Amino acid sequence: MLVLTRKIGETILIGETIEVKVVAIDGEQVKLGIEAPKTLKIFRKELYEVIQQENKDALHHQNLNVLDEWQ
Amino acid sequence: MNIQTKFLGAIDIEERNILTFPEGIPGFEEYNKFIIIPLNETSPFLTLQSIDNAQVGFMIASPYAFKPNYAFDLTQSDVVQLNIEQPQDVVVYGILTLRDTLVNSTINLLAPIVVNEKQKLAKQIVLTNVEDDLLRYPLKVAEGSVK
Repeated sequence: MLVLTRKIGETILIGETIEVKVVAIDGEQVKLGIEAPKTLKIFRKELYEVIQQENKDALHHQNLNVLDEWQ
Repeated sequence: MNIQTKFLGAIDIEERNILTFPEGIPGFEEYNKFIIIPLNETSPFLTLQSIDNAQVGFMIASPYAFKPNYAFDLTQSDVVQLNIEQPQDVVVYGILTLRDTLVNSTINLLAPIVVNEKQKLAKQIVLTNVEDDLLRYPLKVAEGSVK
């Protein structure tokens, strides 16, 4: 993993189209500003992992009998 | 074309109805080709079945049966990726997690499946900036009349 040190207001470039800027630092929290092409989706990684896990749960919990109760 | 399915055994499908998920589905990124098949003629429930692996079959349903006011904006990136030209080409589903009881069973409305019916392109998108807990939205709220 590449590790860079940056100060508030400084930026890194990923390729030529993605810019990540350190906007603010408050204790343990770092606020990042990201400029990227609109076709690129940016997530908190935890959110994507939550969706992956929910999909795996969905594949394991498929008790079709409960649907009989639904109207 | 004949495929094996998780819920409906071996069935014949029309190849033109196969949906492409260019990025797969989170947790199942290796599968790109799926087909949506109604479970039966009378229920609102359908299955999202992988063409390549019979075991990868999800239960899905239209979100509006459970949350009539469900609505979200597609991002520009989704519109571009799914090649959406007009809203009427878009169909939305939620993946069901069916546990021991109906009250414990949920639909994932945080990450809906968005299908461009015209182009047969699909994606499970992740909504951001939503207030409710939409990840496990109940199929039925617990109430006195429910056994």
